[in-house]
Amino acid sequence: MNARSLLLNAYVYAVLVFILLPILIILPMSFSESNYLAFPPEGFTLRWFQSYFGDARWMAATWFSVRIAVLTAITTAVIGTMATYALVRGAGNMGTLFQALLIGPIVVPHIALAVALYLFFQSTGLSGTTLGYVLAHSLIAMPFTVFTVAAALSSVDPALEDAAMSCGASRFTAFRLITLPMILPNVFAGGLFAFIISFDEPVIAFFLAGIRDKTLPRMMFDDIEQNLTPVIPAIAVLLTLLSIAVLIGAGLLKRMADRRAAGVQES
Amino acid sequence: MSAPRFFEADGRRMSRATILLLMGPFFALVIFAFLYPLGNLLSISVLEPQPTLEHYQRVVENPVYGRVLMRTLQIALLVGLLSLALSLPVAVLMANSRGPKAILLTACILLPFWSSVLVRTAAWAILLQRNGIINQSLQFVGITDEPIRLLYTQGAVVIAMTHVLMPFMVLPIYGALRNIPGDYVRAASICGAGPLRSFWEVTLPLAMPGILGGFILVFLTALGYFITPALLGSPQEMMIATLISQQMRENLDWPFAAALVGVLTLIVTVITIAFSKVFRFERMLGARV
Repeated sequence: MNARSLLLNAYVYAVLVFILLPILIILPMSFSESNYLAFPPEGFTLRWFQSYFGDARWMAATWFSVRIAVLTAITTAVIGTMATYALVRGAGNMGTLFQALLIGPIVVPHIALAVALYLFFQSTGLSGTTLGYVLAHSLIAMPFTVFTVAAALSSVDPALEDAAMSCGASRFTAFRLITLPMILPNVFAGGLFAFIISFDEPVIAFFLAGIRDKTLPRMMFDDIEQNLTPVIPAIAVLLTLLSIAVLIGAGLLKRMADRRAAGVQES
Repeated sequence: MSAPRFFEADGRRMSRATILLLMGPFFALVIFAFLYPLGNLLSISVLEPQPTLEHYQRVVENPVYGRVLMRTLQIALLVGLLSLALSLPVAVLMANSRGPKAILLTACILLPFWSSVLVRTAAWAILLQRNGIINQSLQFVGITDEPIRLLYTQGAVVIAMTHVLMPFMVLPIYGALRNIPGDYVRAASICGAGPLRSFWEVTLPLAMPGILGGFILVFLTALGYFITPALLGSPQEMMIATLISQQMRENLDWPFAAALVGVLTLIVTVITIAFSKVFRFERMLGARV
């Protein structure tokens, strides 16, 4: 290894330390017996996890967020797969329109979307409701799901569907029996991404929250802003485990998708 | 405006009715939860109390708001440049690594990508607070005698936003670097170019769309960023997103908040269209998989 690449490696590892260190420092604080957030942590206790799991408000917010995230995952997976299928099979002008509208909600800053939805949901009574959150989160999660599904769809040989349709299958039957099983891992991966995007979404949650129905990110925002208790590191531990699980889950689904694609080519 | 096209069509043609049926739910969602609400908000900015441009005039003419806008642009630019300085070498090393090292690097970049923005912002709040670890270390080393104010400053906002947004730049640059055929660099070295020269004259120009795309993505995200400035920034030195929130929630000045949203949306849209060629969203988002 010459001096130049040594320098490059050293620089990159310094950057990785910058990326990982803040999280690595606060995670052990969740086990500290101290009442305030100090480093190094003192002693060992699980009481901050207990005060998270034992607090009705934190639990209500968590379940509210889980419900919204699961519904968002299902909504984007279904709507996204339908639209992506039409797109990949040739939607012409409508496909062009679809692609422009798809990226619109993520190009426009979340704050603009959040303020617009706040105003609109006030007048329609959707503020703070599960439906309101699911609609908003589906919008911002949709591109991630669509690109994930499209990656799989574009590798499915359309001749397979054509063959089924020539044998008398309807478009829907051909899709259900031939295409869907092949792209299913990616549909699940797309849903998984939508789940985590919704579950972590802080900006829309900040503006749409009612007084009672707060999502987990909104509760965390309030805690960080007001008192910054050691419950936050405890939640950070749990959320980091969730992120790792999502990453591993996405990796497994990708491997499953690759295997299915290889299987089709062999047969 | 040339609309972006990510996908090429394939297979037996569908009827228009089928396409409409399949895309219908998506269009309904976008109209109901995006186009109408945003259009409605923007119409307030020019129609209330009567057709007027006075709210936009206030944004431009009032020095307080002009300063917020300039500060927002400066911070976003700084965050973009810092992210570029941090992420370009990471992307280069990622593209040149194989095996376990490549997996380790990718995991280090992807994990923060998928971890909560609030967790990462909270981490900085904890590190930078009065009796936090950074103040403790500064006193231990003897740089200061008493805790200095680190939290609720612009510096805190810039560092934390760079930390949160930097992974967004690594992936497009990495994607662009991976697409450069190895033959090109080899050809350059056969012609006598050293590694630095071939990087500067071959690799860098070819990776430019990815670099520019990643930079614009981080810059635009930073422009409208809310969470980090709201939690770590100083109330005296607001960014535009925090100003919008304040006008709306505290002053209840809807037309003015709407005009601020209008200005922000206009800036973002113009830049996006101007750079639509380097915006390969499918690569930026698809790289997550």
